[in-house]
Amino acid sequence: MSNNSSRIQSIFQSREEDDKIMSLFLTAGYPDLDSTADLILGFEKNGADLIELGMPFSDPLADGPTIQQASNIAIENGITMKRIFDIVSEVRKSSQIPIILMGYINPVLRFGVAEFCKQASESGVDGLIIPDAPLEESSLISEEADKNNLDIIYLVAPNSTDERMKKVDQASKGFVYCVSVTGVTGARQGDEVAKSVSKFIDRVNANVVNNPKLVGFGIKNHEDAQIISKDLDGFIVGSALIDTIKKNYPENGWQENVFQFVKELKFGNI
Amino acid sequence: MKYTAPTKQGYFGKYGGKFVPEILIPALEELEEAYLETLEDPIFQKEYHDLLQEYVGRPTKLTFANRLTEYYGKGKIYFKREDLCHTGAHKINNAIGQLLLARKMGKTRIIAETGAGQHGVATATACAKFGFDCVIYMGAEDMERQKLNVERMRLLGAEVRSVDSGSKTLKDATNEAIRDWVTNVENTFYIIGSVVGPHPYPMMTRNFHRVIGEETKSQIKEKEGKIPDYLIACVGGGSNAIGFFYPFIEDEMVKMIGVEAAGLGAETNQTAATITKGTPGVLHGSLSYLLQSDEGQIQLAHSVSAGLDYPGIGPEHAFLHDSKRVHYYGVTDQQAMDAVKLVSEKEGIIPAIETAHALAYLENLMPMTQKDEIIVINFSGRGDKDMKTISEWFA
Repeated sequence: MSNNSSRIQSIFQSREEDDKIMSLFLTAGYPDLDSTADLILGFEKNGADLIELGMPFSDPLADGPTIQQASNIAIENGITMKRIFDIVSEVRKSSQIPIILMGYINPVLRFGVAEFCKQASESGVDGLIIPDAPLEESSLISEEADKNNLDIIYLVAPNSTDERMKKVDQASKGFVYCVSVTGVTGARQGDEVAKSVSKFIDRVNANVVNNPKLVGFGIKNHEDAQIISKDLDGFIVGSALIDTIKKNYPENGWQENVFQFVKELKFGNI
Repeated sequence: MKYTAPTKQGYFGKYGGKFVPEILIPALEELEEAYLETLEDPIFQKEYHDLLQEYVGRPTKLTFANRLTEYYGKGKIYFKREDLCHTGAHKINNAIGQLLLARKMGKTRIIAETGAGQHGVATATACAKFGFDCVIYMGAEDMERQKLNVERMRLLGAEVRSVDSGSKTLKDATNEAIRDWVTNVENTFYIIGSVVGPHPYPMMTRNFHRVIGEETKSQIKEKEGKIPDYLIACVGGGSNAIGFFYPFIEDEMVKMIGVEAAGLGAETNQTAATITKGTPGVLHGSLSYLLQSDEGQIQLAHSVSAGLDYPGIGPEHAFLHDSKRVHYYGVTDQQAMDAVKLVSEKEGIIPAIETAHALAYLENLMPMTQKDEIIVINFSGRGDKDMKTISEWFA
């Protein structure tokens, strides 16, 4: 892989014009330790372009109940940073789908930033999203991430100023994560997100000009995704996917049902 | 030493910062700007200090503890009586200050988290006084331990929301309050009750409590003609301690001691002795000492005191510990409860269990003091709210 264009950047470069990039969030170690790699590979087969692999944390203050609960179960299942790296290595045996580790800063600090970035990179991780390390605190991790060719993806929110959006665009690599609503993660009722998001997206497009843009938080189905990401490069689904896993696990064929949901998210009912 | 912490970025040495989701960054910038304006605003300052005097009941007394002094037979022990504040604890100093700030910023809704309920009561009180909607997050277990304070908050018109996640105590109440804040940031002001959280909260809360130390300094000079040799305060998040210590930081002769809740012992897993046992990490928006696992998961803290069982500590305390300006020790549940009894019987003042941790440290300190030395203990709150725990303990 060339250092000039990361795996993440490549998927945006190679996509068809109207094709929306779909990024899926999955909590590592949920619903059990052994399924995570299989789920990632199945997501890819069914339309996922990018994977955000959640590093579970005991106190996920930007997450709603769905991801909170998944994180707690994963911790009880015995997930560790080492196992997360093993999962990524496992996926890398047969897939080049970009993988971004997403989680809170404390477990990363505890592991040691330099060692974390080194092992992440060696296992095949492409990028990092650390929601509680905004630009102000990013110096803790950005140098080591750069050294190990890990893209850091920063977030913009509806209440970010234009100036702030420009700064985030400057600092981000890979893409910019657009948080669709003020609030925590979690699927929203009805067209709540679609209704509130259009003005924000206009501002994002005016200010974030160097990076592709994905929108996340609150998206629960294909229709939501298409409407909300209409003027952006794609969308991110997390809680709705985890809800689907929760609904099906561990019944026979649960993975197939989850993959069917993934396929519908990307392509609609076909 | 010239003490200027925190830096503009909100760092006390390597501790502090703003480890929050992007959504909260504009809110923190707006808050900091509004707060810094108040420092120059004589009308704001006058209203705040008038309220401290007329409503909170400041200055609080500095009481000589003559029977406790006789009991130990060494240095002279004084109590700084924050238990005499309206609502029964120092927390009201900060709640009033932050509420005035919320009003200045045009916020219409107040949220807060509470452990023992003292901060919740203080916030509900301030909201009642000024006519604000108020939601208090409180762990389900703490609601059970501190029923009296739950009733007080409700009577004051606040909604108390029970938090059933995790430890069902202050840590999880704080998570829920932050989630609420992230969701309702446009109209909501989060009154944080300790010197924790992202910048500017630790600085701001300290400054709203520094009146404790400032009064102590002038009162002890008047009584004894000199400043104290020792200051002792209990430390959970650390708000009463920092307000008490801060005006003395540059007085290098004053020895300062923060007393943590060691629970069943700092060597056990049933402890809240964050500095004694913790390691640096990020919780609730700032970098400080934490009780955490090897994997960086936050561990549950234990203390008989609902006000001290928090796995973190304010970043300024972490800095004062590393720089050795303040010394931190842990006392156990048993030692604290023994101190509740001793001080109640010797002085006719029932201390909050939090405060009793500071009082318990006298057992270690007093034998090393001289007769002409002065020890001031911050009496952070009164024990009424803890009567259920106290009576069960001694049953």
